[in-house]
Order: sequence, then C-alpha cells, then structure tokens
Amino acid sequence: MRPLVLAIPLALFIALVAFLLIGLQRDPHEVPSPLINRPAPAFQLPQLQEQAKTFTAQEMRGKVWLLNVWATWCVACRDEHPLLIEYAKSGAVPIYGLNYKDDRAAALQLLKEEGNPYVLNAFDADGRVAIDYGVYGAPESYLIDRDGIIRFKWIGPITPDVWQGKILPLASRLNK
Amino acid sequence: MKRIAWLLAILFSLAPATAIAGVAQPNEDPQIEARMKALTEQLRCLVCQNETLADSQAPLAEDLRTQIREQMKAGRSDQEIIAFLTQRYGNFVRYRPPLIPKTYLLWFGPFVLLPVCIVVLYRYLGRRKKLIQDKPLTAGERKQAEDLLRG
Repeated sequence: MRPLVLAIPLALFIALVAFLLIGLQRDPHEVPSPLINRPAPAFQLPQLQEQAKTFTAQEMRGKVWLLNVWATWCVACRDEHPLLIEYAKSGAVPIYGLNYKDDRAAALQLLKEEGNPYVLNAFDADGRVAIDYGVYGAPESYLIDRDGIIRFKWIGPITPDVWQGKILPLASRLNK
Repeated sequence: MKRIAWLLAILFSLAPATAIAGVAQPNEDPQIEARMKALTEQLRCLVCQNETLADSQAPLAEDLRTQIREQMKAGRSDQEIIAFLTQRYGNFVRYRPPLIPKTYLLWFGPFVLLPVCIVVLYRYLGRRKKLIQDKPLTAGERKQAEDLLRG
C-alpha cells in the first residue's frame, strides 16, 4: 500500500513530462486547416501577367494542381522561389500562384528576373481570396484534387522533404 | 529621485503612442464599432497568436477587421461572423472554445476534478485526525507549564 501511494506523484510527473515532450514536437503556429477534405473556395481573379484575363479555381476541375500563395514582400516566399522552379521543372504537379496583396509591377519583375515556376498567377490585390483559403502566413500551398477538393495544405516554404515525401506521393495517388 | 522623475516622464510620453494604436475608425457608426470591439476581443489573431483581433496590428488582422465591419453593416449576426471565421481558420480563432465533444474535458474537467480532490482531501485529513491522541498532562508537566507561564 505505502510504496504504491508514493509512486503516484512519480507517475503524475512522468505523465506531465510526456505531455511536455509532445508539446515540444509541435509547432503552435501551424494551425490545422478546417479546409482539408473540403471543396477549395471558388474565386475569380484577374491574372497577374494578363490583367484583362481572369483565372478561376473552377476551371481547374479534372486536374490535380498546387495553389501557392506568395508575395514579393514575403521573405520566406523568396526563399521558396528557387525550390518551386525546381519542382515545376519536374512537371509532376502544375503550380498555380495566388499573388497575395502584392504590387503587380514588383511581382512581374521578380518572375522576370528569377524565373517563373507558375503556369498562371491570380492577382489577389486585397487578399480576400487568401482569407477564404484561411491564409495567415505566406507562403502557403494547397494541393487540390480533380474534384476541386483540398487534400493537403502546407504552411511555410515547401522543403524538398515535403515535396518528395508528401506532395509527390499524394499527387500521384490522386492522379490515378 | 531625479532619475525616477526622468523615467516617469519618458514613460508618460510613450503612453499616448500606445493608446492611439488600434482605435476604431472615427467616421464609423458607433453602434457597429461597439459590436466590433466586443466581438474582436473574443477572437484570436492568427499571425501573433497571443493577441486578440481587436488589438493586433498585423495586416491580416486589419483585413479581417475590415471584412467583419462590412459584414456587420450588411446585417450579419455575430454568430454568422464567427462561423465565417471558423470555416476558414478553425476553432482556434475563438478565445472561448465552443462546447463540442473534443472540448468536453476542457469545459467539464475542472468540475470533475474538484469533487475528486475534495474527497481525497477529506479522507486524508480524517486519517491524520486519528493519529492525534489527547493525553492528559502529568502533575510534573503541569507544574512545569505553570512555571513557564509565570516567567
């Protein structure tokens, strides 16, 4: 009886340490998106390059594609940019951009100077479409399937690990 | 003393600057602004997570406040606006978590824990009480105590 009672604080302590350890592995800034496995919010926006033309999420039906939210003022997006160019070269998943609250001239300049990984870019001047997608820290990327359902979201630059380990396998499964 | 006066002077000169931040737009409808304030104080800014949407200076918070203001003018209820935000950002935007199965432990946990602790404490104190035994003083002890009291 006695030793058992004495073990209770130890057991509680171990449980506490276990919770703290789990907490350490998690990034509180990564808020799970309620949009996973939900239809990608519809939008119609002018294109970045050709202002007169529009781009809609609906016209992507039937394709597995990646929507990448970026801006020239976003430092992490610039880190991600050369990686995106690499990924785009592989041709595995078409990358479409959502240029978020940016200056059109600056965005075009960046694409001209550093290369353009995007098939197309939508120009979200006031950031309303980004809010519909629950964006809170660019860059953010959404993998959307043929039926227009968001299957995966990544917050922050897509590292080669994420591209190889998560996006490519999921995209090939969705393409089957 | 002079140094303290200086520090105080600096402190008070800073106060107006912080007070200006985050005030309501002066040209707006005061009724809507009051609703805005009450609602956005219950909502979390996702960029700087320990700030409310009312206080945050992040550009996203400003955009969200603009949208909330528009929706209020369009006659949407607070509930509808909270739904608009949770559909996009999840329940994490709410400082007051909703009552759903996932949060039962959070809401009811303390009420379960309290009676458990009371029972444990009661039993523990009961057991200790049994250990206390009243023994009357012997004549010698009594005399000693009286001596001490008399000094």
